[in-house]
This record gives sequence, structure tokens and C-alpha cells, in this order.
Amino acid sequence: MALHLSPLAVPYLLVMDATNDIRLELDDVGLDYGARRVLASISLTMRFGETLVVAGANGSGKSTLLRLICGLQRPTRGAVRIVASGRTYRPDEAAQLIGWVAPDLQLYRELTALENLRFFADVRGLHRTHAQLETLLTEVGLAGRGGDLLASYSSGMAQRLRYAYALLHLPPLLLLDEPTVTLDERGAALVDHIVAAQRARGITVVATNDPREERFGDYVLRLG
Amino acid sequence: MGITCCGLDDGWKVGRLEGWKVAGSSGLLRGALAVFRKDLRSELRSRYALNAVVLFAVSTVVAMSLGMGPLTPTVELALIHSALLWVAILFAAFTGLARAFVQEEEARTAAALRLAARPSAVFLGKLLFNLALLLLLVALTALLAVVLLRMRVGNPGLLAAVLLAGSVGLVAATTLIAAIIARASVKGALFAVLSFPLLVPLLVVAIRGTALALDLRPDVLAQSWSLGAAPLQVLAAYAVTTLVASLFLFGSVWEP
Repeated sequence: MALHLSPLAVPYLLVMDATNDIRLELDDVGLDYGARRVLASISLTMRFGETLVVAGANGSGKSTLLRLICGLQRPTRGAVRIVASGRTYRPDEAAQLIGWVAPDLQLYRELTALENLRFFADVRGLHRTHAQLETLLTEVGLAGRGGDLLASYSSGMAQRLRYAYALLHLPPLLLLDEPTVTLDERGAALVDHIVAAQRARGITVVATNDPREERFGDYVLRLG
Repeated sequence: MGITCCGLDDGWKVGRLEGWKVAGSSGLLRGALAVFRKDLRSELRSRYALNAVVLFAVSTVVAMSLGMGPLTPTVELALIHSALLWVAILFAAFTGLARAFVQEEEARTAAALRLAARPSAVFLGKLLFNLALLLLLVALTALLAVVLLRMRVGNPGLLAAVLLAGSVGLVAATTLIAAIIARASVKGALFAVLSFPLLVPLLVVAIRGTALALDLRPDVLAQSWSLGAAPLQVLAAYAVTTLVASLFLFGSVWEP
């Protein structure tokens, strides 16, 4: 099925950075909840342009691994490091490098989509014009709906807005948890496009239990 | 070099990242104001905290008025009015000030905010919102006390200064407590239990300072500013101390 994007869509998403210098390192990362071991010990290094798919059954720790990478949880053992332009950062120091889309991610229901994006641009210290935010909404398939309250959005539209939130700062490290959940066919095509575009911008980690989404990855990490 | 598309130039250069970590006061202020505006807009649409706080303030002062009627003027009337005023403010504040962080956790928006905003900007934005809410509450409660409790004011300027300094101190202490209890299961009770010991010194001084502003005795009225300077200084010191301590501690509280 063809994906209809605005003429600005490709330039926005297919961005390049000449340094291509980012690395994600997991060094013996493990997590326990009390006596229960959720993640045993994961070590890996990802480089610019690579995509990793984390696969596994429900409860195998896929979403938890992504939360560890973006700094929303801390590992019981080991360390997550993001190396950019020769400097090493902990995830909680590297919020400008990370974009995260997940079912857990909730935006403000009392605000419109545009107000949400304006707010997150402001707190990130980004300068985004109204036209740029409208363009971003168009690219994720929400053209003309920016003035609607998020409370009135369907689950699929809310998922599209999560992509706008995650791409607002053009992050070189994109973490997608169940990326096509609640999306229709055109939404799934949008995810294909975003993952392809991210290869030119940095690293992508996709957590999924849908075998069809393993096609996104250069590597597949199976948990559980 | 760098990201150049659609006029966007906010790439992920290390310089940018360093800017994130050590951003100057303008970036902090912009972030704090964004959080404040967002909370204000959300509150004006949902009216959750506003309704609770206004309802509590009105019902408390009306109940006092109906229960006590006009009090007989005595030497201690100013102190009694002052204590009643601050008790009403304190308990109304307990019902509303925790919402700033509790709402983020209950609506599960805290993760999006953690990933996007600097902790200090979140704290200052929430503090500004709580201060705006509390000042509205204080103004309403004082007005109701004047009308319904027949509270007379000797020095309106001193009253405004004491109420403002007390409000800043109260908000600086309770905003941090609100962040601490936001992820607990018994939020309301915990908020009051943790806040009360911190607020006792503030309340004692604020009540005495407010009583000086309400005092109508000519000898007190003549020197109310000089008498009120000491409580004002203590309240200002309390506000600055709790604000600085809260700013230092908030990062640890806010981190996952």
C-alpha cells in the first residue's frame, strides 16, 4: 500500500549527519525484580546505521530493556553507555540523543497535539516554528488534526503522535517498543519509512513480539 | 555538516548535548515557564486542583463563620484570626498542591516529561504553578475571612508581604514533598504527614507575622513594619533555604 506523505516528509525524516559517530554499548546489563531475574546478562555494541530487533514472548523483558537504554529504569548489574562524538554518556545524561515510542508513553490528554509538541520542543530547548510542527504532524499522518485535544484521539492517532514526540528532536538513537501496535496499514507503512530513515541518522532498537517486524533488524536478540 | 532540513538545525552535536547538561539560566527559565504554562493550561481545562482548593477554602471559612459568628474584640483577636486564616490555607493547600506531580504519575505522562525536560526546569515550573494556585487560594481565603469572619486588617501591606513570603516557603517545601509522594500508594495522607513537620516553623512565624498585620491597637499599628520585619526575615530565610535545598534534592527524587 502506498504511503502518502507530504513533499517535506522525506527531507525531514531522511536527515544525515556527517560525523556518523554514535555507539550504543550494553555491558553485562541485567535486571532483577526482587528474587526474579528479568534480564540475565546482555552485552552488545551497536553502531551508526544499525537496527536491532529485540524479540520474545510477553514478559520476557523487551520493554524493560528499552527502558534501561533510555534511562527510565536502572539496571541491577552492568552499564548502558551511549558514545557520541568520542564522549560517553549515561542514558539519563543523553536525553537529547534518544527518542522513545512505547505503549507506556503517554502525552497530555488535556492539550492538543500541537500544544503537546510545542511544550516538548520548549522544554527540550528546541526552536520549532508552528509550520515545522504542522509539517511533523503531517508526516506522521495527523494533518489537520493538530488543534484537536489528545483526549479525542483514537489509539492509532495517539500512537502517531508518539512518533511525532520521538522525532521532534531528530534523535540519533530511536527506541521503538511494539512500533505498529494500534496502527492501521498506512500507519505500519509509516513505521517502515521511519525505521528506514533512521538508518541514515543513527541507531534503531525495535522491541516486538510480532515475527513480521523482525524484518526491520540487522540483528535479532531473542529474550526469554 | 550537521542536520539541515526544513530549516531545522537542532542536531545532536556534542556541543548541543553539553548545552543540555550545562545550559544557562535562559534555557532553564524557558523550560520552567513551559512546564508552568502547560500545567496552567491543563488545570484551566480540567479544573481538578482548582475546584478542590476553592471548595475547601470556601467551605472552611463558611463553617468557621457559621460556627463562631463574629468574635468579640479582644487583645488576642488578631492572633485568633491569623491562626484560623493559616489553618484554612494550610489544609486547602494540602488538598491541591500535591496534584502537580500526582497527576503526572497517574496519567503516566511522567516518563515523557523525564525524557524531555531537565529536572530543575520541571521543579521550578511545578513550583511556579503551585505558587500561582496558592496565591489565588490565599487571596480568596483572606477575602472570605474579611467578609465572613469580620477580620480587620491594620496594615494591609504587611499582611500582603507576610502572606506572600509564607506562601513561597510553603510551596517550596511542599512541591518537593509532592514529588516524593507522587509514586506512593497512599498519597494524600503521606503528603500531610511528611509536610506537617517541615511546615510547623513556617506556620508559627507566619501566624505571628499575620497577627501583627491584623492588630488594630494604635501602639502596634504605629510600628507594625518594624515589628513585622523579624517574622518577614525569618519567612524569607525559610523560603530561600527550602527552595535551594529542594532544588538540590529534586534530581534524586525525580530520577527513576
